[in-house]
Amino acid sequence: MKQNVQIIQNIMNANDTVAAKTNQRLSENGIFAINIMASPGAGKTSFILKTIESLPESIHLGVIEGDTAPVTIDSDKVKDLGIPVVQINTGGACHLDAPMLDNALPHLPLDELNLILVENVGNLVCPAAFKLGTHASVLIASIPEGDDKPYKYPNIYRGIDVLIINKIDLRPYLDFRMDYFRQGVEMLNPGLVTFEVSCKTGEGIDAWLNWLASKVS
Amino acid sequence: MHELSITENILEIVLKHAKDSEAKEVKTIHLVIGQLSSVIDDCVQFYWDIISKDTIAEHATLNFKRVEARLECQECHHHYDLGKELQPCPNCGSSHVKFIAGTEFYLESIDIT
Repeated sequence: MKQNVQIIQNIMNANDTVAAKTNQRLSENGIFAINIMASPGAGKTSFILKTIESLPESIHLGVIEGDTAPVTIDSDKVKDLGIPVVQINTGGACHLDAPMLDNALPHLPLDELNLILVENVGNLVCPAAFKLGTHASVLIASIPEGDDKPYKYPNIYRGIDVLIINKIDLRPYLDFRMDYFRQGVEMLNPGLVTFEVSCKTGEGIDAWLNWLASKVS
Repeated sequence: MHELSITENILEIVLKHAKDSEAKEVKTIHLVIGQLSSVIDDCVQFYWDIISKDTIAEHATLNFKRVEARLECQECHHHYDLGKELQPCPNCGSSHVKFIAGTEFYLESIDIT
C-alpha cells in the first residue's frame, strides 16, 4: 500500500548544521571569519595579499585557501608574508562546504587569531549554495568580467554582506556600465555595502580595511 | 558539479524518514526547487541511480517541482516573474524589489510502501 510521508526539510540541512557549529566555535574563540567568493581571476588572492599588506596591528589574521586542483600557489604567497595559512584541495569539487572548513580550522593557531579569511573556489554558482559557518560573505567582482554578472549569476549576489568591485583602475579601458551593474546589484541585495578598489594601485583599500577593523574585536 | 553532494544530502534525508516510517521501499521523492537554485535534474537523477544502489530507495523516481522566481515591487507592490533577465518593476520602474518565490530548495515528501 503506497503512502505519502510529508517531510519538508531543507536539502542543505546536513551542511548547514555543521556550518552553525563552526560559527559558534569561531565566535567563542573571538574570531570573525569571512567567506571570500568570486569568479576565477577576479583577484581573490591579490585582495587577500593587499589586505595583509596594510593590516592594522590589532588584527591577527589566518587564511584558508580553497582550490580545486592540488596546488599551493595561493597559500605559498600568503605563507611568504608570515601569515598562518591552510590549503584545502577539494579534489575537483567546485566549492568549499562546511565540513571542509571544519576539518581545516584545527590546522590554524586559533588561540592567536581574531580574523580568518577563507578564499573559496573560483566560481559564481556553487559556493552560493554552501554555507561555511563564517560571519560574513564577501563577493569580489572585477571590471574585466563585465557589467552583466548580477543578471547572469543572481543567486551569489543575494547572499553576500559586502561587494568588492576590483580592478577599478581598468575602467577607462573597458566598456563597463557601472549604473547597469549597480542597478542589478541593488535589485538583488538592496543597500549592499560596496567598495570600489584596485589591488594594483591600492585605491579604495583603506575603506575596506576600516570596515574590516570595525568587525574584528 | 555540486549535484553529487546535494544528491548525497537527499539520500540521507530520504533514508532517515523511510526508516522512521518503517518503509519497505521508497517509490518517489518529491523535491521543490526554485528557479534561483542551480540544480540540474538529470544530473541529480544520474548520481541518485549510483549512490542509492542497494538501499530501499534504489529504484525511486525523483520528482522535481520547479518554482518560477517572482518579484514584488517594494514601491507599488506589483508582482512579476523574473523571466529570463532581472528587470526593474515593469509597472513603476523601481529597482527596489524583493524575491517572493524562486529560492525554494527542499525535500517535500516521499512516497513509500
